[in-house]
Amino acid sequence: MPTPQLPDAEALCTALAEAMRPHVEAARTALVGIHTGGVWVAERLHAALGLAIPTGSVDVSFHRDDYHQRGLHAGSKSSQIPFDVEGAHIIIVDDVLYTGRTIRAAMNELFDYGRPGRIDLAVLSDRGGRELPVAPTWCPHRTTLPAAQMLALERSDDGRLSFRLMEK
Amino acid sequence: MSVMNTGGNPQLNRHGELKHLLTIEGLPRDVLTRILDTAAPFTEVAEREVKKLPLLRGKSVFNLFFENSTRTRTTFEIAAKRLSADVINLNISTSSANKGETLLDTVDNLAAMQADMFVVRHASSGAPYLIAQHLAATGSEHIHVVNAGDGRHAHPTQGLLDMYTIRHYKKDFTQLTVAIVGDVLHSRVARSQIHALNILGVPEIRVIAPKTLLPTGVERLGVRVFNDMREGLRGVDVVMMLRLQNERMQGALLPSTQEFFKSWGLTPEKLALAKPDAIVMHPGPMNRGVEIDSAVADGGQAVILPQVTFGIAVRMAVMAMLGGNS
Repeated sequence: MPTPQLPDAEALCTALAEAMRPHVEAARTALVGIHTGGVWVAERLHAALGLAIPTGSVDVSFHRDDYHQRGLHAGSKSSQIPFDVEGAHIIIVDDVLYTGRTIRAAMNELFDYGRPGRIDLAVLSDRGGRELPVAPTWCPHRTTLPAAQMLALERSDDGRLSFRLMEK
Repeated sequence: MSVMNTGGNPQLNRHGELKHLLTIEGLPRDVLTRILDTAAPFTEVAEREVKKLPLLRGKSVFNLFFENSTRTRTTFEIAAKRLSADVINLNISTSSANKGETLLDTVDNLAAMQADMFVVRHASSGAPYLIAQHLAATGSEHIHVVNAGDGRHAHPTQGLLDMYTIRHYKKDFTQLTVAIVGDVLHSRVARSQIHALNILGVPEIRVIAPKTLLPTGVERLGVRVFNDMREGLRGVDVVMMLRLQNERMQGALLPSTQEFFKSWGLTPEKLALAKPDAIVMHPGPMNRGVEIDSAVADGGQAVILPQVTFGIAVRMAVMAMLGGNS
């Protein structure tokens, strides 16, 4: 079976930054990447948009809704929120949007640090299959994938981002 | 997930995941390391505005303390509450046991109250094992058991939080010389520490104690024995003090506590024999002027209060891991 055309992750990062640019304030907008792919994308966006507030990261293991079926996720990392969440404009950044459950968990995690003024969502790709009412604010690529496939972001040693299609 | 041979370890389920925490002895190194890794993100929860995670929401954790302990019970209680569990504290030394109810009858009653986890402290070695076995035999294997100290046998969460503390300050276990000092004979903490240090690959574990406070054959646990404190402390990276367990002493094992302090108390002068960057640990509660001098307990090398803080994170990690493994 021929490999379907995968989106160019580098081009999508650029497109995403341009879509966001008119809506961010360099001094007041904060990014929070979701481990692990979302953190990579958030670092790119932070540099491209010249934001002043350091980028945060969240690990959603503590708020996953499949804990009782699958247990505590191995290798969970600490969330790092290096700014005051109270009243802040926060953009959650992830690589691929799928069921929406990760985004729900990330928002729960953020609220443990305070009450944000506004939260937006930026993703590189929306692969469909939503199970919760979650919609991205910015998303430069949409596709529909069967449930058995997973679109994964990878980072090479030289820092280049690329997508890979994996069978679950 | 592959089904693996757990070697009959009753703490592990058929996937090799932790189901109960009864003892550190016999735990595979990767399981032990995973607990320490898992604890790391939990330390940061205490810094948040909302110090609560939903992992054990709707679960009931019963603290079954057949022996008094304020500190351990409190840290387990805080850990379970930060995981959103409902916590029920039972001090059974002052309750049904005195009315004649057996241990297993108590367990059956609590299982019938839809318990999800038992945290057990008992004066008899093996009591948590007995409870775990009984739960499996009576169709209540979904209830997890955490040993919070059984007799002289084990105190696994204390051993784990000690390992977490050592790793926090010293990073690599495989280059360390660690000394355990004091009343090893009565200490379940020392046994858990020794097993953990061996599993994690510490090349030299010393126990420093008078002969009367050492179990016979302690060398077989993989330790070097020193009956002279000065000699034993020379060049060590970590000094783990033990509490002199007066309440467990029967007969004349010691001349007096003052005499004990003279030979076995950790003073600044004795600590100076260890490496300059050696850390000093103590499981609490401390007997100042008996096993440790105040100048050391309050000094720059002591990490006794960080141990307490890490202990909450480690207990959260253990309960969160157990709660997610059926």
